[in-house]
Amino acid sequence: MALESNIPSGPLAQKWDKHKFELKLVNPANKRKFEVIVVGSGLAGASAAATLGELGYKVKCFCYQDSPRRAHSIAAQGGINAAKNYQNDGDSVHRLFYDTIKGGDFRAREANVHRLAQVSVNIIDQCVAQGVPFAREYGGLLSNRSFGGAQVSRTFYARGQTGQQLLLGAYQALSRQIGMGTVKMYPRTEMVDVVVVDGHAKGIVVRDLVSGEISSHAADAVVLATGGYGNVFFLSTNAKGCNVTSIWRAYKKGAYLANPCYTQIHPTCIPVSGDHQSKLTLMSESLRNDGRVWVPKRKEDCTKAPGSIAEDDRDYYLERKYPSYGNLAPRDISSRAAKEACDSGRGVGPGALGVYLDFSAAIKRLSLNVIRERYGNLFDMYEKITGENAYQVPMRIYPAVHYTMGGSWVDYNLMSSLPGLFVVGEANFSDHGANRLGASALMQGLADGYFVLPYTIGNYFATCKQTRPATSHTEFKKVEEDVRKFTERLLSVKGKRTPTSLHRELGKLLWEKCGMARNEKGLKEALKRIPELREEFWKTVNVTGEAMEFNQALEYAGRVADFMEFGELMCLDALERNESCGGHFREEFQTPDGEAARNDDKYAYVAAWEYQGAGKAPVMHKESLEYSEVHMSTRSYK
Amino acid sequence: MNLTLKVWRQKNGQTEGHFETYPARDIIEDMSFLEMLDVVNEGLISSGKDPIAFDSDCREGICGMCSLVINGIPHGGHAGTATCQLHMRRFKDGETITIEPWRAKAFPIIKDVATNRSAFDRIIQAGGFVSVNTGGTPDGNALPISKEVSDRAMDAAACIGCGACVAACKNASAMLFVAAKVSHLNLLPQGEPEKHRRALAMVTQMDKEGFGSCTVTGSCEAVCPKEIKLTFIAKLNRDFGVAALLGK
Ligand SMILES: Cc1cc2nc3c(=O)[nH]c(=O)nc-3n(C[C@H](O)[C@H](O)[C@H](O)COP(=O)(O)OP(=O)(O)OC[C@H]3O[C@@H](n4cnc5c(N)ncnc54)[C@H](O)[C@@H]3O)c2cc1C
Repeated sequence: MALESNIPSGPLAQKWDKHKFELKLVNPANKRKFEVIVVGSGLAGASAAATLGELGYKVKCFCYQDSPRRAHSIAAQGGINAAKNYQNDGDSVHRLFYDTIKGGDFRAREANVHRLAQVSVNIIDQCVAQGVPFAREYGGLLSNRSFGGAQVSRTFYARGQTGQQLLLGAYQALSRQIGMGTVKMYPRTEMVDVVVVDGHAKGIVVRDLVSGEISSHAADAVVLATGGYGNVFFLSTNAKGCNVTSIWRAYKKGAYLANPCYTQIHPTCIPVSGDHQSKLTLMSESLRNDGRVWVPKRKEDCTKAPGSIAEDDRDYYLERKYPSYGNLAPRDISSRAAKEACDSGRGVGPGALGVYLDFSAAIKRLSLNVIRERYGNLFDMYEKITGENAYQVPMRIYPAVHYTMGGSWVDYNLMSSLPGLFVVGEANFSDHGANRLGASALMQGLADGYFVLPYTIGNYFATCKQTRPATSHTEFKKVEEDVRKFTERLLSVKGKRTPTSLHRELGKLLWEKCGMARNEKGLKEALKRIPELREEFWKTVNVTGEAMEFNQALEYAGRVADFMEFGELMCLDALERNESCGGHFREEFQTPDGEAARNDDKYAYVAAWEYQGAGKAPVMHKESLEYSEVHMSTRSYK
Repeated sequence: MNLTLKVWRQKNGQTEGHFETYPARDIIEDMSFLEMLDVVNEGLISSGKDPIAFDSDCREGICGMCSLVINGIPHGGHAGTATCQLHMRRFKDGETITIEPWRAKAFPIIKDVATNRSAFDRIIQAGGFVSVNTGGTPDGNALPISKEVSDRAMDAAACIGCGACVAACKNASAMLFVAAKVSHLNLLPQGEPEKHRRALAMVTQMDKEGFGSCTVTGSCEAVCPKEIKLTFIAKLNRDFGVAALLGK
């Protein structure tokens, strides 16, 4: 199938308004005849489910946690962008649009990004109305901070708990609809497959994680809002349960996966402390507003106490290399610079895999209290994990997998290549190109859920004349049977290795070969090794317990099985993209001073992969990226 | 270090539970409590035994999913610390640690130390929101809110809904949880119009769920990983009292 991005015609700034007018509407009385399944209750899912419920649709919402309030959006710390220009510092919709396109290294779809910047302002209004306690100035107005990749202050925040407060806002709106009966919530329920009838997504099959029961749900459309797949690397800043399952299984049913190799490695995370580690913890990028990043100039100094190293012997490498953005250089660039510093033998802390993030200058300039007020909870968290007091000694940080720009391919209407299947939030490939700017994921999730999908899905209902099948339809029965077989297969191996040990091995391989820097040789090695590892998985995995019970080992093993397949596609995508752009850094393609070298003539496209069946090579479709309003320049933050 | 764990094992909600003892060997100080349990579970799986079922997700102390009573205290008793942020450097080599689930009628056990806390969701569904639909809201800066008020609302809004307050209370009362949400919204001008209705509806639902009554002993505040203050209960009592008087 050819890729049809369905970008409306007309001038960029008017596309969305024009499109909204042209979209077909569903009459209010007819809305309740349509049923929608929303998988996921993070910012994207909860906002979509609540809004669809308010509009009058019949909604079912699913999540794997015990409550929709616990989706991983809750963990976002730093903030959410919006082009409000409340600071009068020259921000505008166009500037946010431009920063996002440039931040994404000219690999995002122009029309989507412009729409995102446009609706960003509505998001703040919506959240304030819901009672989200954003930080305020003494005059009572909203406060802003700066984030990487921007020279204006457009980031709204709620202490270091912005994601939590935004999610609670969306969760409250969702809860209101649940109470009113327009949305039915299914917590501790995992979607395990999509059901396609006559070429359209018409339902899902789920496993009740408490009883183990497999059941079907039919709908007029299915929305996936299942978040990112950073956990393919085993260690990431994602929650333990984050997975690729829903979009992977949808891929096998016809929903193309786009740009799977675009991974964001966040520069400011707490370094790995040992093999026991189950996850990595982010220290919000907002810290780079006041913290200065450095390593010793000389290798010999790396083991000395940081306080004993003289100013002149420190290399504030971000300030040195990128004087106009300094410590607020974008994430991909900052991460690579940290890797470079450590690769040159100047890393600090255990394993020499760390750099300093130093607040002493800011404490002197602003006082300890101001720093405590701004970042207190982050300093507390740092102390809990490392046992060190960052008011006294600099933090040690190192890059870690954080976000996945890749995901299901969607058109301008957020519909995937499988008709009737919509994908929102981090799960789609969306708006961030090859690198996402800080504080833009929360914005995108809420834009998709509150302000985009509710319009575009209506058009699908109004124009698609397909009826909703009953769950007794043979297709549902067949998929249920497949799911049962898959579960039985996992339980029947009874080998010697735990799912964790296999997952850890896959993650390590991907981190080495498809992490912060990639090259042809390494990717080819990974492509050889992953199928072997997958085979080992199916021969040696030991999944304890039974199918019909609360079985966390089984749950987890299913997710690992999908990662084992997905990792291969990721490496394939990275191998095919013979250029460096954003988070995808191919060592063969760099400028003389070590920056990413794009190849716009050949690679200014979205790579959307189509599944061809088990054991067959997937087919890549290209959506070429055309820019009408921006010039594809070389990204510079110097 | 080496430890001994006494862990509550219970196959499901229909069966009786009991303690089992497991050794936890070669534990490193830098591990989190849950990473220590991961290590124990890896050992159990390798010897063909059923791993201990426990809830966790973000492991950053913010999602509220983790929930263990450690040595008799929900989340283990270190100020402002959820179980997932509790690190093994807090324990001593050779120590015996007991691990139990939240115990409350309104939080039935699912398996081992994992419980069902949906009662909290139903309390929010009863009134823990501002009744605005998507769209048509005024500009974010149209309504100035003093920093003090906004900060206090944020103090209350920091609740992660973990349920430790209930687990710590001898009556299994959910007052601190309800008070936090009511205070967050009722302190703000956006929440003002529904202030009384909200307090009444949420307290009524709380009672219906089988949570016990509050005698203000403060055990909830002591274990709250977000250090939510008892004073919010006073605020809830006031709003509820006025609402009851007004017969809303
Ligand atoms: C530590 C951290 C800090 C961050 N800080 C920021 C920040 O400051 N600013 C910013 O803009 N972005 C930030 N991000 C990124 C941002 O938080 C996420 O990209 C965003 O919240 C994702 O939202 P979502 O709704 O798409 O997915 P999620 O919030 O991850 O929600 C996924 C939902 O899908 C459900 N689900 C998943 N799989 C299944 C399945 N198979 N069956 C059923 N349900 C399923 C889950 O239960 C959950 O409800 C941060 C990310 C992390 C990890």
